[in-house]
Amino acid sequence: MIEKQSSNSRSQYIIDDGNSGLFKVARKAFVEQDVWQQEQARIFDRCWLYLGHESEVASPNDFVTRAIAGRNLIFNRDASGEVNAFYNTCTHRGAFVCREAKGSSKLFQCFYHGWVYSSEGKLIDQPGKTAYCENFNHDGSSNLARVERLESYRGLYFINFDRNAVSLDTYLGEVREYIDLVMDQAETRMEVVGGTQAYAIDANWKLLCENSIDGYHAVTTHATYLDYLSNTAGSMTNSDMWGAARQFGGGHAAIEYSAPWGRPVARHVAAWGEEGKKDLDAIMARLSQKYGEERARRIGLLNRNILIFPNLVLNDIMAITLRTFYPLSPDRMHVNAWALGPQEETSAMRERRLFNFLEFLGPGGFATPDDVEALEMCQRGYKNLRAVAWNDISKGMTREEPGTSDELQMRAFWRHWNSLMTAQEAAE
Amino acid sequence: MSQASLRAANNQLLTRHDFEEFLYTEAALIDEWRLDEWLTLFTDDARYLVPSTDCTEDSTPADSLFYIADDRFRMGERVKRLKKKGAHAEWPHSKVRHMVHNVRIRSVEGDTYAVTCNFVVYRTKNDVTNTYVGHNEYKFAVGADGPKIREKRAVLDMDSIRSVGKISIIL
Ligand code: FES
Ligand SMILES: [Fe+2]
Repeated sequence: MIEKQSSNSRSQYIIDDGNSGLFKVARKAFVEQDVWQQEQARIFDRCWLYLGHESEVASPNDFVTRAIAGRNLIFNRDASGEVNAFYNTCTHRGAFVCREAKGSSKLFQCFYHGWVYSSEGKLIDQPGKTAYCENFNHDGSSNLARVERLESYRGLYFINFDRNAVSLDTYLGEVREYIDLVMDQAETRMEVVGGTQAYAIDANWKLLCENSIDGYHAVTTHATYLDYLSNTAGSMTNSDMWGAARQFGGGHAAIEYSAPWGRPVARHVAAWGEEGKKDLDAIMARLSQKYGEERARRIGLLNRNILIFPNLVLNDIMAITLRTFYPLSPDRMHVNAWALGPQEETSAMRERRLFNFLEFLGPGGFATPDDVEALEMCQRGYKNLRAVAWNDISKGMTREEPGTSDELQMRAFWRHWNSLMTAQEAAE
Repeated sequence: MSQASLRAANNQLLTRHDFEEFLYTEAALIDEWRLDEWLTLFTDDARYLVPSTDCTEDSTPADSLFYIADDRFRMGERVKRLKKKGAHAEWPHSKVRHMVHNVRIRSVEGDTYAVTCNFVVYRTKNDVTNTYVGHNEYKFAVGADGPKIREKRAVLDMDSIRSVGKISIIL
């Protein structure tokens, strides 16, 4: 990978100067209302966005409701077993047809005038039906509206509001290899563990994209977490953090590295005892048999922070988290995070996984609150935009092989973001 | 010696008033950032739990993703962390104020008391005041030296924690 030669461009948003090894991002990209509005049209209305995991709608009639990029959606498995994404709005006069966060239902009934839809989204009843013309809804236009596109990869369901978008497989491209490394940890399938962390950050959403794959900040921002790890003698192996950054095209990027913490699949630490070691040995043996020793070691022992453009983070570290976030305005985002684990996992290992998850991750953990604080302080710092207009993301730009604490992976995000935001459009 | 420990020493049942005293003291210790003293209110096998807001009553940290699920060791580490300047979210310390209401003894079994109360917790930082609303489910172990908390489950009566952002303080 020779980043130096591949980069040399300049827009109102980025200075990508491969010759000097400098990469700058304009702070106005984090604060301006115009930029935010353009992002809605050029990014969130065009890119594949994570909707939910297959395990959340495991059985026929299961549903969850979800707010995504300003829309309110229903994600469900209908009575015949198909997975759907509907807009949560009655075709009569607009009310929500589903007002619960999750559940199981054969029908969606709008309480306003009582229209009833099947789990397949068909309008099947209207009070006072005889008062409507005979051909009412003959073209299906009064059924629940479907989100334009819905496709899945390895249990992850994505939607796209652009009917003409490329396929999800094409969109994900090479980052699929990294998704595989996570999903292959399960012998059966992965599942979302019950319990959603639903929080918010008063900062621009792109700050969280950067932060989720930022290996540079750990030592400073998370010093207290690293102290904690060294206090829990049994929770640490003596592996330092080292590894590599990858970019995949399309703005997707990842870092992959070894780290001192235990992994439920499958890096043992003394705190898990002999019992835990037996479980992990069995998992490694299964992985080796199925994928060969080298790939098994990579799946089981290495850690990955993966950013799927624009806003899905799959962090496979001391536990696995799926995290997605949407801007409400340039300086505020809503964040949803879930824990993912193999369905067949023993209850002891599941418990270790969740215990691990909470020590680092989430808004009550030992690390995430400090990330949140850092992002909010950046956003506040951007008030000084007129005096200090540019961020620096140059670290490791002149290196042959940028490491995890370099910033290649963030530059990959920004280059793609910039290309979408500055593309000349035929219609314009 | 507190009234509660006197009663405990004499094998008498503890009263609501005993627990009110205890919970007001707990609240004051958290609000005043006397967190080492706060830890002494707990048994060695204690747990401090904050379930995610879509968890149910039966959810446990072994099967569901919580916001906080500390055993006694991690509670100690949480306190150590919060006392450091490197706990950036809480440095400088935010202003915290606990309101404790509706204290009720729900059951007594041997030396174990189930006590519930309602809470409102205000946290002010960077000129923003956030409000956490919920109820606490306590399990107390009452020994000869009075009551200690064996489990504190702080259940947020909220749909998410978006309005407060994070839980960087002790609830
Ligand atoms: S708005 Fe739904 S039935 Fe009238
Ligand atoms: Fe971080």
